[in-house]
Amino acid sequence: MSLEVEIRHRQGDFALDVGFRGEGRLTALFGRSGAGKTTVVNVIAGLVRPQHGRVVVDGRTLVDTDRGTVLPMHRRRIGYVFQEGRLFPHLTVRQNLLYGRWFTPKTERSAEFTRVVELLGIAPLLDRRPALLSGGEKQRVAIGRALLASPRLLLMDEPLAALDEARKAEILPYLERLRDEARIPIVYVSHGIGEVARLADTLVLLAEGRVAAAGPVAEVMGRADLFPRAEAGAVLEAAVEDHDDRWQLTRLRVAAGFLTVPRVELPAGRRVRIRIRARDVMLATRAPDHLSALNVLPATVADITPGDGPTADIRLDCAGDRLLARLTRRSIEALELAPGRPVHAVIKSVAFDRHTVGGALRGGPNGADADLEGG
Amino acid sequence: MFDFTPDELTAILLSLKVSLWAMAVSLPLGVLAALTLARGRFWGKSLLNGVIHLPLVLPPVVTGYVLLLLFGKMGPIGSILAQMGVVFSFRWTGAALAAGVMGFPLMVRAIRLSIEAVDRRLEAAAGTLGASPFWVFLTVTLPLILPGVIAGAILSFAKAMGEFGATITFVSNIPGETQTLPSAIYTFTQVPGGDLGALRLTLVSVAISMAALLASEMMARRAGVRVHAT
Repeated sequence: MSLEVEIRHRQGDFALDVGFRGEGRLTALFGRSGAGKTTVVNVIAGLVRPQHGRVVVDGRTLVDTDRGTVLPMHRRRIGYVFQEGRLFPHLTVRQNLLYGRWFTPKTERSAEFTRVVELLGIAPLLDRRPALLSGGEKQRVAIGRALLASPRLLLMDEPLAALDEARKAEILPYLERLRDEARIPIVYVSHGIGEVARLADTLVLLAEGRVAAAGPVAEVMGRADLFPRAEAGAVLEAAVEDHDDRWQLTRLRVAAGFLTVPRVELPAGRRVRIRIRARDVMLATRAPDHLSALNVLPATVADITPGDGPTADIRLDCAGDRLLARLTRRSIEALELAPGRPVHAVIKSVAFDRHTVGGALRGGPNGADADLEGG
Repeated sequence: MFDFTPDELTAILLSLKVSLWAMAVSLPLGVLAALTLARGRFWGKSLLNGVIHLPLVLPPVVTGYVLLLLFGKMGPIGSILAQMGVVFSFRWTGAALAAGVMGFPLMVRAIRLSIEAVDRRLEAAAGTLGASPFWVFLTVTLPLILPGVIAGAILSFAKAMGEFGATITFVSNIPGETQTLPSAIYTFTQVPGGDLGALRLTLVSVAISMAALLASEMMARRAGVRVHAT
C-alpha cells in the first residue's frame, strides 16, 4: 500500500501545510488537538476540499488541485470511522452494516459479512438499534460498517477518544486484528501515545499544521525532543519467550537479550510491541548485582542530548534496538558517560503495564492512558 | 340528524378531495422549499422566506384576490395554463390551489424545523460509504425528517379543510364544484332555517380535523420512535 498526501489549506486562522507518505499497514497521525489531524483525514475522505493538494492512494489520484481533479467523496471508496460512530439511528445494526455494501459495485464487494461480524464480535447486536448500544459496541459497529463498503483505505479518527479506559481495552485487540487480518491499509488519528506505539507502522507527527516528524514508528518515537517529557521513550519489537507461572511473569526476547515483564496473556512466539519510557531506564557502568530490577541489558551510549533543566536524554544502542534513557546531568557527569561508552541499561519489570506492552497484560496498574493531551 | 342531503354530502366529499390534492401536490414542493430555506445560501433567501410566509399574515381575501389576478383566465399565469388546458378559476382545482397556498407556510415551517434538526455529520458518513447526494437524501435525510414531514402534511390538510376566505374570493361558492365545507356552512348560515344544516356540517368538520390531528400524532410518534429510540 502507498499513500501520498500533500495539502496546503487555510481555514480562518489555521494554516495546514503538510506532506507525507504512508507505508505499511497502519499509518498514525499523531499530535495535539488542533494540530490538523482531522483536517488531513477529512481531505483524504473528501469532506474538505483543500485549496491546494494532492492525494494518491495506491496509485489512484483522488485529489490533484493542479489538474483540477477532486473526486466526490462517494466515489472515493475510502472508509471512515468517526470519533462519535455516527451510526444511522433509523436503521438496525444489520442495516447500518450493510449500508455501504449496497453502494459498492458487485465485483468489488470483497468484505464478507459473516467474517467482519465475527472479527468484531458484533453478532449478538445485529437486530438492535444504535441507540441501545454501549459506546464500545457502537464503535465496533461503525468499524464494521466502514469495512463492509470494501474500502481501499480505512480512515480512523480517534475511534477510541470517546471511550473510557475499559472500553478502550475492549476495542484495542479488535483494532490489532483488523490491522493484521483485514488487508486494508489504515490511517489512524490519535493523540494517545499508547495506542500509536501499539498499532502504528508509520508515524506522522503533526504540530500546528505541519509535519514535525515522519517515519517508522520506532525511529520517530525514539526522538526525545518530539514528545512531552514524561512520555518520551523507545518502541521495541519483542517476541514472547516463555512464562513463569510461579511468579506471574513472562520473558520477552529482544535483540540484546531478555526482558522480564508482568505476565502477558499471549502464547510463546507471539510478537509484541513494547514501549520503554526514558524515565524508566537507569544506567550503570558496571554490571550491577544485588539489584531488585530484573532487566539488565548491555548497551552502548549513542549520543547525549542535554535538556533545559537538570536532565538529559541518552540514546542507547542495544544490539541494534534503540533505547532512550533520561538521567540527571549530575549522574551523567558522575558516571562519565559519553558516546561510545558501554553501559548496562536497567529497567524495572513493573515499569511495564498494559499501556506499554501491546497484547494483553492482565489489568495493569492505575492511571489513565498516557497521552499528549493530559500527560 | 345525520342523514345528509346530497348537496351536503357533495360538499363533504369535495372538501376531502380538495384538501387531499392540496396536500399531495404541495408536499414535494414543501420539502423542496424547506430544504432550500434550511440549507441554501443564496441572495434573496429572506425574500423567498417572506413570500412563502405571506399567506400566513395576509388577510385570506387578499391572498384569494392575488390568486385571482395571477391564475384567473386573464391573469399572466392563468392565461398560459389555460392554453395548456389547465383551468383554475371557478373549478375545484382552483379551490385546491387556494387551499394549498394557504397551508404552504405551515407545512414548510414544520418540515424546515425537522431538517434543521438533522445531524449533518450522518449525511457525511453516508457519503463516505458511497451514497451520492441523491441517495443520502433518500436513505438518511428523508427518514430522519419523516416526523416533521408528516406533521407538515397534516397541518396543510387541516388548514385546507378549514380554508374559506381565499377560496371563496378566488373560485366563488359553486355547489358541486367549489363549495367546500366552510363555504357550505357559510351558505347555510345565510338562509333562514339553515341552522341545523350548519350544525351538522360543523360537527363533520370538527370530526375530520380531530381525526387528522390524531392520525398525525400517531404517525409522527411511530416515525419518531424509530429515529430517537433510547
